[in-house]
Amino acid sequence: MSTQASMKTKNTMEKGFIYLILAVAAILSIFPFYWMFVMATNHNSVINSVPPAFIPGAELVANFKNVINTIDFFGAMWNSLLVSTITTIGVLFLCSLAGFAFAKLKFKGKNFLFIAILVTMMIPPQLGLIPQYIIVTKLDWLNDLKAIIFPGLIDAFGIFWMRQYISSNVPDELVDAAKIDGCTNFRVYWNIAIPVIIPAFATLAIIRFMYIWNDFLWPLVVLREESSYTIQVALRGLIDNYVRDNGMIMSGTFWATVPLIIIFLLLNRLFISSLTEGAVKS
Amino acid sequence: MEHVDSQSRKTRKFWNEDRKEAFSAYLYVSPFFILFAVFGLFPILFSFYLGFQKWDGLGEMEYVGLQNFEWILTDPIFWKSLSNTLIMWVLGTIPQLILGIILAYALNSALIKMKSIFRVSIFMPYVTSTVAVAIVFGVMFNSQDFGLMNIIIGWFGVDPLSWTTSEWGVKLAISTMVFWRWVGYNTIIYLAGLQGIPNELYEASDIDGATVRQKIQYVTIPMLRPIIILTVFTSTIGALQLFTEPLIYIGRSYREEGITVVLYLYREAFANLAFGPASAAAIILFVIIIIISSINVFVANRIGR
Repeated sequence: MSTQASMKTKNTMEKGFIYLILAVAAILSIFPFYWMFVMATNHNSVINSVPPAFIPGAELVANFKNVINTIDFFGAMWNSLLVSTITTIGVLFLCSLAGFAFAKLKFKGKNFLFIAILVTMMIPPQLGLIPQYIIVTKLDWLNDLKAIIFPGLIDAFGIFWMRQYISSNVPDELVDAAKIDGCTNFRVYWNIAIPVIIPAFATLAIIRFMYIWNDFLWPLVVLREESSYTIQVALRGLIDNYVRDNGMIMSGTFWATVPLIIIFLLLNRLFISSLTEGAVKS
Repeated sequence: MEHVDSQSRKTRKFWNEDRKEAFSAYLYVSPFFILFAVFGLFPILFSFYLGFQKWDGLGEMEYVGLQNFEWILTDPIFWKSLSNTLIMWVLGTIPQLILGIILAYALNSALIKMKSIFRVSIFMPYVTSTVAVAIVFGVMFNSQDFGLMNIIIGWFGVDPLSWTTSEWGVKLAISTMVFWRWVGYNTIIYLAGLQGIPNELYEASDIDGATVRQKIQYVTIPMLRPIIILTVFTSTIGALQLFTEPLIYIGRSYREEGITVVLYLYREAFANLAFGPASAAAIILFVIIIIISSINVFVANRIGR
């Protein structure tokens, strides 16, 4: 009886301890978002006092107006959306097409080419940064979103991912049957492979969209004019001012972050599995 | 017989089925190789060429031999950037991975309810862009008395620190940004690993009378090893390429306390327009990444025995 009771208290203690750890971690993860919102709604003078504001204020609109007066917020959000969407759609198409070829078609040098693609994943992107910049200058793509989109279409991981998925989910018999019926290779890809690989599309789309949306170094190098800024580059303009208005800075950062967070909260299962599965599988 | 004949006549034609299939395949994989040739391979080869040239991007190139490498390797700021990068790698990565394992363990516990709420909140930082993280933490770690971190350390009786200009303050601030953004990501990866461990292994060790510590030591850690190696590998490569956080936090001053190798490269190329030395720095970084990755693989294989 007494050992059972002690087991029970031990279990309760363990449980309490685990809850405590998780609660602290969750609070520390969420607090910066809350704090961003607090600052985005307070006047700079309230923020810059001791102690600073810890509850939301009434300057939500005023701070955001300052953001709009300082940077082209909506223009930059639009650019980011445009670049991320176009690149993602392009990647889905090109990677699934290449993945289909590697998984279901016979051709010479298949293994060699596939390994070559995998090897490119190992190269750090900064290695070619300067010549890439020179190429973009020569193409006259400086300040042009094409400079982000075209290099963004290179996605070795995507090809790898699609090949794995198509290999294990599109049955060979179906492909062969379609070919006997006289389907062209592209028809087989379009009518048989595509419908099956929709889940893999969702995963790859999330990974790619997030990657392009958050990318900073490359856009910073090739987008020099404000009209071409993506949101990440534009946000930097907020902190580059002589007068640091923290209310405004946080307002811009907050509103740039909110859309993705909302999408994440709505699709959290898909997001979490997509973003981590990719890492584990490769 | 007739059938076979017509078949063989068909294969003699140029566009037989095999050829058609191979042609389609090459067509389908070609976009990658064309794009990679233009925006990947050529730039990399050209970097190696540029490393031996003197060039500001406009005038004539001039061959200078190993001068750029000599120049970089004798520049104290380059060494500073390298040591900063390595220090922040350790500060940002190790606590992050350890905490990731602990949190994954907690999330995997059968005793816990509301798992998805914890999972979502812990993962949320990863969805935030690096720039946003750096801006928010930059404001928290500002050097004024009203900075959040200064107020927090004030509760423990510590005087306000000048985070942005002190040797360890900068590194701590930047490591915290990396730490905060990636803990949840690694937690979920470890969690996936933990869930992949078959329950029979624990049951078997229960029958053998194993303690909790023994279970962790002989079941969990060995089963989790490939995933631990993976996370160490990816976070190391990420840490060696640290750029956004220091650039946002220390700004155009490129202060020595926080400059990283990639930031150094960026400054050489796009602030000083010294494309030669910047390319040399890129090559050196590449070599460092290869060396550290090899050490990683080597150590992983050793532990793997």
